[in-house]
Amino acid sequence: MEKDMCGIVGLFLKNDALRPRLGGMLTDMLVAMTDRGPDSAGIAIYGEEGEGVKITVQSDTPETDFAGLAEALAAGTGAEVAMKAADTHAVLTLPEAAAPAALAALEARGLRIMGAGKAMEIYKEVGLPRDVAERFGIRAMGGSHGIGHTRMATESAVTTLGAHPFSTADDQCLVHNGSLSNHNQMRRKLAKKGVMTRTENDTEVGAAYISSRIAEGATLGEALEGTLEDLDGFFTFVTGTKTGFGVVRDPIACKPAVMAETPDYVAFASEYRAFADLPGIEAARVWEPEPATVYFWER
Amino acid sequence: MTVLDMAQVSLREVNETLQGAARAQANAAYEIVNPRGSHAVAVGLDGPLSVTVKGSTGYYCAGMNKDAAVTVEGSAGPGVAENMMSGTVTIEGDASQYAGATGRGGLLNIKGNASSRCGISMKGIDIVVHGNIGHMSAFMAQKGNLVVLGDAGDALGDSLYEAQIFVRGTVKSLGADCVEKKMKPKHLELLAGLLERAGADAKPEEFKRYGSARKLYNFNIDHSDAY
Repeated sequence: MEKDMCGIVGLFLKNDALRPRLGGMLTDMLVAMTDRGPDSAGIAIYGEEGEGVKITVQSDTPETDFAGLAEALAAGTGAEVAMKAADTHAVLTLPEAAAPAALAALEARGLRIMGAGKAMEIYKEVGLPRDVAERFGIRAMGGSHGIGHTRMATESAVTTLGAHPFSTADDQCLVHNGSLSNHNQMRRKLAKKGVMTRTENDTEVGAAYISSRIAEGATLGEALEGTLEDLDGFFTFVTGTKTGFGVVRDPIACKPAVMAETPDYVAFASEYRAFADLPGIEAARVWEPEPATVYFWER
Repeated sequence: MTVLDMAQVSLREVNETLQGAARAQANAAYEIVNPRGSHAVAVGLDGPLSVTVKGSTGYYCAGMNKDAAVTVEGSAGPGVAENMMSGTVTIEGDASQYAGATGRGGLLNIKGNASSRCGISMKGIDIVVHGNIGHMSAFMAQKGNLVVLGDAGDALGDSLYEAQIFVRGTVKSLGADCVEKKMKPKHLELLAGLLERAGADAKPEEFKRYGSARKLYNFNIDHSDAY
């Protein structure tokens, strides 16, 4: 009955008036989970959906790698490219048609692709949650929903790529508390179907599994149901899509989870502490999600 | 009534103050405000004392309680009233996993639901849950009583010893060696007392009793092929 590792949080706004405050609310939730996961932190935030595709990239040497990056990408793809750099991450916005060429060009330049999508931006780094959130200016970001993770690594190395959230398809991401025991087998199964993963991390396999099910036509709810059949181990998953937010716990459910709902939002966290600063939490419906039960909200 | 505000006073100071008051045997009353889901609030109180927590608590609230009366006016995180010895712990909202684990005495009164592993390895505590309980509750429970006004989840009372379980609603499944047993007058009397102590609005006749079939107590030579 140890307190077990990692902290996860999620927030899905129902009241659009709260959108400008999303980053601030998520930052407070994430920082409250610091002692569950002090080695790295990450956040996926679903902001305003624009015309183009947003690609989030990471570099260990941003000064050199991000200098002139937008111009180079524009020249290479013939498309207009806007760049917003924040510390080790940069978000490049470009027309959807240019995205495949841009992704290939970015990888060729040695940049790490954190994720891509119409709405989603992903920021994750090694360090204390408070510092990570500050470096990226998460507090000032608005949006409709977001998920976050504070990591205490047990399955793979403490690196930026090992941090959560994991994104394995456009506008889809996943955070996880637990450890999967059949991730190597599932990684091979997914590879046979052409679904490739970038790391040795078990959570990335969970994310890839959900993405592959959605690509095959499943709804978010059906994909989450599938994790109960096909994934083995301990997990509480929180997942985001462009319009949705979902939660599922394994049948043993020893990883902690608590949810809160008001007319304004649905919130998830590993512990109630993360809810303490949410507006109207005193009057919220607070409950523990049932084991082996899928919860999801779509707008 | 002394108020301790956890927005101003550290958890360590709160617990030192409460533990000192418990040792003074003065039966003082304390109110804790702004708990904000903190861990280990009001633990190790080993004397008569009344503590009301105004809000929700995190892991291990009221652990090892002895003689004190602790009330949480909110929900409690995992491991509430773990290894409680005596006194009463009341949770107005829900309790998370393994509420009352290894408890040796006293009353844990949960007004809402309790999640999985409620009363795991209980050793004499009485637990009354006004709502439902989750899976694997009363696993390896040795002594004491678990009363549930709502429903019970999977594998209730798995590998049970001599604790008694009373459930008014449905039981999703019974664990290994847990069976339904006959409700005798002495059980109805016991249950009536527990329901009254917990202020529960239910009649003893509405409950079913579950206990150990006592088949796992000893090695069974007829099963040697199975090992």
